[in-house]
Amino acid sequence: VSDSHEQRTPVVIGTVSENDPHLQPAAKNPDTVEHVIAFTFILGFLGVAGFGAAYWVNAKPWILGATMGVGLTFLGVGLVAWGKYLMPKGPFVEDRHPLANSEADRNAFAAAIVERGTGVVKRRKMLAGLLGGGLGVFTIVAMFPLLRSLGPLPKGTLFHTDWRKGSFAVDQTGRRVNVGELAIGSIVTVFPEGTENTDRGQAVDQTVLIRISDENYVTQKGRETWGPKGYVAYSKVCTHLGCPVGLYEQELQVLVCPCHQSMFNVTNGAIPEFGPAPRPLPQLPLYIDADGYIRAQNDYDQPVGPGFWERRTT
Amino acid sequence: MSDSSIPNTKRAKREAEGPYGKVGQALNELDDRLGIAKGGRTFMDKIFPDHWSFMLGEIALYSFVILLVTGVFLTFYFVPSSALVVYHGAYKPLDGQTVTQAFESTVNISFAVRGGLLMRQMHHWACDIFVGSLVVHMARVFFTGAFRKPRELNWTIGLTLLILAIVNGFLGYSLPDDLVSGTGIRIAYSIMLSIPFVGTYLAFFVFGGNFPGTSVIPRFFILHVLIVPLIILGLVGAHLFLLVRQKHTQFPGEGKTEENVVGSPMYPVFIAKTTGFLFIVGGVTALLGAFAQINPIWQFGPYDAARISYAVQPDWYMGFLDGALRIFPSWEFTGFGHTWPLNVFIPAVLFPGIIFNLAYAWPFIERKLTGDNEIHHLLDRPRDRPKRTAAGVAVLALLAMLFIASSTDVIANFFHLSLNEVLWAMRFLVILSPIVAYPIAYKICKELQGIAGGGKRKTPNLVTRTQEGEYLATPTPRYAEDVPHELHPEKVPTYIEEEPDEPAESGVRTVDR
Repeated sequence: VSDSHEQRTPVVIGTVSENDPHLQPAAKNPDTVEHVIAFTFILGFLGVAGFGAAYWVNAKPWILGATMGVGLTFLGVGLVAWGKYLMPKGPFVEDRHPLANSEADRNAFAAAIVERGTGVVKRRKMLAGLLGGGLGVFTIVAMFPLLRSLGPLPKGTLFHTDWRKGSFAVDQTGRRVNVGELAIGSIVTVFPEGTENTDRGQAVDQTVLIRISDENYVTQKGRETWGPKGYVAYSKVCTHLGCPVGLYEQELQVLVCPCHQSMFNVTNGAIPEFGPAPRPLPQLPLYIDADGYIRAQNDYDQPVGPGFWERRTT
Repeated sequence: MSDSSIPNTKRAKREAEGPYGKVGQALNELDDRLGIAKGGRTFMDKIFPDHWSFMLGEIALYSFVILLVTGVFLTFYFVPSSALVVYHGAYKPLDGQTVTQAFESTVNISFAVRGGLLMRQMHHWACDIFVGSLVVHMARVFFTGAFRKPRELNWTIGLTLLILAIVNGFLGYSLPDDLVSGTGIRIAYSIMLSIPFVGTYLAFFVFGGNFPGTSVIPRFFILHVLIVPLIILGLVGAHLFLLVRQKHTQFPGEGKTEENVVGSPMYPVFIAKTTGFLFIVGGVTALLGAFAQINPIWQFGPYDAARISYAVQPDWYMGFLDGALRIFPSWEFTGFGHTWPLNVFIPAVLFPGIIFNLAYAWPFIERKLTGDNEIHHLLDRPRDRPKRTAAGVAVLALLAMLFIASSTDVIANFFHLSLNEVLWAMRFLVILSPIVAYPIAYKICKELQGIAGGGKRKTPNLVTRTQEGEYLATPTPRYAEDVPHELHPEKVPTYIEEEPDEPAESGVRTVDR
């Protein structure tokens, strides 16, 4: 014991004396605070140890999180309290020296850049120009492999779907839809046969088939033959941002997009009645073949989905 | 006993080590090689202001640390692939469904990997806390004028960090390829399409072709786990380097001037408090991960572009964009042989572009408006700069209203209102909120300026009646505990060794150490 006290190192404590209030802990009764902190550390220790045990026995996730959370929080609270209440309370100060250098240093620096550097460039204008040109061309050329390789050019892919003349309308399981299957007021999502399990089929070709009535249904002028036996079909891709227009409000006869609440009137060419969608959902012209299957007369007469720069028709 | 040889060896050893023992020896070895003694000493003495608002940036830093740790865990198990597999895992309701490997591995992390669900939930919560604390930290810096010269560059870095955090949050929650995130990716694709001239090419290059393709998950993955975090890490380093180089700002107060910094030294006080705070942020995140379910993708199901569910909403920090998209009119024009999808381009590209560029430019705008080109280290109270405060409040009010507007359908359902009423109400509120918020905030600032000792407890007025019947109200003195009794700040004590035998001079004390 005497050994540890043997070597006393005399020290200078700046301008602050040993009993200076700055060096005292903020706590009025440090001993009590020390006990409280010791208690939180014990709780924290138990928490993290419990986390280890919970992990060992493969406990439920919430037990893992609770033990880890309680353990870390108590350790943290104790440590913060130690720093806040038991360490010198200060306040202490440090000087802030101006960042700016002296006028002479600044001038020397500027001179080094301006005089030395530009002097060299000015004397060899042609070299600088050629180097700059070379680097500029490289920058542009380097963009090609970096950017152009990322994907194919759009070309016409945004203008067409996979619906063709005579495509069978199939549901998500690939079953062809027959004329007798849908009751009036029912709806089913259909795809051109063969695409129902493909990414593109689901993303681009998805179409809602609604049976509105028993009779041929004309949703707009010029679409007299498009709705045989009351079956009408619209692209399911919202013209706002491409979400599937998945909600059918039968009473109002509207299709609602759940993303931003655009509403399309299915009895009137799916023109948007509400919300941010700018255009009607394109309608797919249908016919019913001799066996009673619902088939497409043709592809959509315009691109489906949201607007894009190259789109020409409205 | 005491004259055995052991103490002598000990003493000899200690003498060889020098007065500071093994630690001192190790530091000397380091200093021989790196020359760190002087700088290290200054760094240990670096002063951190004690005000609570300086803790907000720490929350951001520590939630980022948690993101890195939990994120590394997740990368060990996540498979960034759109390849289709049939799910046969621990979660029976999905058994037999065809899903992507990304979705399958995320469900496996949640149900089959020990501790996996906790790590996933902590990762997601830490992200929400990260972006949230960045926003609040930025608001503190804005309203107190901490962005002024010489700290414009750090304001710029901080704002870039916020944008990167939002982008990486979006990339991250897109990875599981579930129904909600897939819808979000499709919306992002459509927003890219809306950009005039280059939109289609941009979308095709990002997605490697038409939506959805198979490139987007692996591309988002490498951006999310390597490229963006690396940039964030570098900028965090630059942010902290500038903070040390330029030293902290501070609020005015006892002994605080433009030429000093007052607070607690780095070692040991700040180290103790900040490490403890790291544990607390980690602990709270773990408790959230334990008790508050977040992003249960097995309930949403795998992404299928032809399916959708009700109340599709992004993470909170994307809410203002979603709200803007909802309430913006359906303006799409055709002209010059092209389509101009302004209904998407203005709210989702132009509007955030303007907001963030305005934020980038603010230090320079304010300098132009006030003509104040001085260096400032003392912070403003928000009330003392009523125009800046009111401008900030106006922008926050606008963003808050847009955030609320991202729930129009939920509000309409909950309050049994028509969607149309809610939509039009939100349109008016979004436009009116900054116009109304500005003068109110301005007026409040002006009123607060007029109150001496604002924020302190009021003392009763002593009402007396004079002989003539006149009433006089005299304020009573402040409560003793409300009178500030801050000590005048002192230099951090310097423990410098002396010659052993030199007598102590006045003002110099010898103490045990």
